[in-house]
Amino acid sequence: MTQEELQSYILQKYPGFKLEPLAHDLTFLVPAEQYIPFCTFLKEDPSMAFQNVMSLTATDYLDYMQVVVHINSYSQKHRIAIKVTLDRENPKISTITHLWPGANWHERETYDLYGVLFDKHPDLRRILLADDWEGYPMRKGYTHWNLTPMPDDVTEVMKDYPTVPNPLG
Amino acid sequence: MEKLPIYTQKIPGGGVLLTATDKLMNWSRKSSIWYMLFGLACCAIEMMATGASDYDLDRMGLIFRGSPRQSDLMIIAGTVTLKMAPRIQTLYEQMPEPRYVVAMGNCACNGGPYRYDSYSTLMGVDKAIPVDVYITGCPPRPEALMNGIIELQKRIDRMSLKDKMAIRV
Amino acid sequence: MTLAPNISLGKEEGLKTEEFVVNIGPQHPSTHGLLRLVATLDGEIIKEVVPHIGYLHRSTEKIAENRYYHSFVPYTDRTDYISAMLMNWGYVMAVEKVAGICNPMRAEVIRVLIGELNRLASHLLFYGTFGMDVGAFTPFLWAFRERENILRLFESLCGQRLTYNYYRIGGVSHDLPKDWVGNLQKWLAHFKQVYKELYDILTYNVIFLRRTKGVGILSKEQAIAWGCTGPVLRASGVDWDLRRDETYSVYKELKFEVPVGENGDVWDRYWVRMQEMLQSISLVEQCLAKLKELDDKLPRLQRGSAEWKENAMFVIRTQSVLQVEPGEAYVRIEAARGELGYYLVSKGGAKPWKLKIRSGAFCNLSVLPEITRGKLIADLIAILASLDIVLGEIDR
Repeated sequence: MTQEELQSYILQKYPGFKLEPLAHDLTFLVPAEQYIPFCTFLKEDPSMAFQNVMSLTATDYLDYMQVVVHINSYSQKHRIAIKVTLDRENPKISTITHLWPGANWHERETYDLYGVLFDKHPDLRRILLADDWEGYPMRKGYTHWNLTPMPDDVTEVMKDYPTVPNPLG
Repeated sequence: MEKLPIYTQKIPGGGVLLTATDKLMNWSRKSSIWYMLFGLACCAIEMMATGASDYDLDRMGLIFRGSPRQSDLMIIAGTVTLKMAPRIQTLYEQMPEPRYVVAMGNCACNGGPYRYDSYSTLMGVDKAIPVDVYITGCPPRPEALMNGIIELQKRIDRMSLKDKMAIRV
Repeated sequence: MTLAPNISLGKEEGLKTEEFVVNIGPQHPSTHGLLRLVATLDGEIIKEVVPHIGYLHRSTEKIAENRYYHSFVPYTDRTDYISAMLMNWGYVMAVEKVAGICNPMRAEVIRVLIGELNRLASHLLFYGTFGMDVGAFTPFLWAFRERENILRLFESLCGQRLTYNYYRIGGVSHDLPKDWVGNLQKWLAHFKQVYKELYDILTYNVIFLRRTKGVGILSKEQAIAWGCTGPVLRASGVDWDLRRDETYSVYKELKFEVPVGENGDVWDRYWVRMQEMLQSISLVEQCLAKLKELDDKLPRLQRGSAEWKENAMFVIRTQSVLQVEPGEAYVRIEAARGELGYYLVSKGGAKPWKLKIRSGAFCNLSVLPEITRGKLIADLIAILASLDIVLGEIDR
């Protein structure tokens, strides 16, 4: 299915879903309570037939956190991305390992680095950091003696370069 | 062997016997250093390439051994993380004396490219174990590694039986 | 009269057996990096293998949030250090997609050429280390001898043997030097003879077949469900290659075949990689022909002309501190170990907001507990070597 057909098919079944405006791929913003029904639909519907999870991660926007899942299908040759918005103080979401076993290690890594708790995960423990590590390093407010922010304001740096036209104009 | 310096210092002309024994021991030790295969990251590939054809470490007497109990030299090739540092200390303690350590690559010398903004890297392996020779480079060329081994051989030449094993000059 | 005592081993006789937990690694000559396997054994049969990773976690993704876009390219080299060019390629493709930059045609062809050459070098290293793990030392020396020639070519191109930092946002950093194409063609002619030797010494060897045929079978459904990609997926019978099915760069104009295995055992994974080496050689030759064609068609720009100035502005724009507008993209390429994905989120400005590297080896390793249950421990080493993992990519 092409991306347009996919989009119209899904929006027909779930008309309330919005698309992520900034994304260059087809990304659906899914409310947290419809996450599992939507994923089950994506797996079991014969014209959807999504077979595995390619990547599962979380992004920390400072007000909220979003879990991003990329899934694909080899038989139908299409891909989709799903985003679920979570509360940043207490991020909890259900696991999808019962649908796609490949999400197991990805969810463990997301828990390890961002602190997102996955309900009913078979084995949720740290995978990349040591078992007694405290804190979730990839969060934006994580303080560590070695993390020194570089100046985000590039006007000082740009003084050394010749005048360049606006790259996007 | 430990008592030899005590006896030879007492008899006239004994100093000559000690120096000759020193030379013999140092020559035999430096000509067949057996190193433990301990490649951590990218520098491990260069270490393997140095040990393989085109740049052969075997012509200098170096053969890789799998176990620390049978090796003289530990080449720390690659980044040392905080999770790995206690294991490196265990391995170092398992090596029999006289034992040497070569820190290969920028990551093992002082943290390398991961010195800033990394929360899980040990900035240089000399914070965990004592190091004899530092070889810089990211990764160092095979010729640089061989030069480092030659420096280590010069250092072994300066060892003496009357000093304790751990004293290096 | 027999001298041997009458012993019968069996649990019925009251002989107690216990399960034994063996810790393999993190330092072990045959784990490809710092991987710790905790194996629960019953005799020689594996009950359960639990891989522990994270001994090389160098926080690359946190570093990405604090570097300018072009400054991060060397860090992508050091994730999968065996095929570093392909790592570079995925990252610059992700930045180009979010920033909306189109590349010159010659740069794209050079990217494909160098990428395929690096895939060949990576598979050669797989061949060498796989032979060493299974017990043969000669393939290791022969493979490294051939790999040194490729590394010499790369050194004359960009100055580095292992972590190249060659790809740039908008193209590549250096054009091919004067005699490089001639040297490459000479080496290719030599390598085709050597490939026959490498293939013959190992593939149908009786000991190798006994060690690898029928061992570690990964079924099609398991491979798809667990997210395995690359040669591991193709050896299990799934005909999927990102270069052909979700084509990117110049691949739609190049002809190549995709080798697919039958059984999904260790021998098939080895065989698929050997066939991919041949396909890489063919792709490299097609790219060389394409470069010649481009040289004839497109004339050299005159210094100071309008097109030359436009070209120069493109270079200055993309190689200075690049400001990328807000957006996000997930870009995937077919790397040597599977599907390599870069998920880049940009909120505007000079640094990324988030970068996630989806590595093929991470998902390939997660299937290890499934395929080693009930097998012998000597097979564990062969299966692990056939998955071709690189811990730098898994731990990032």
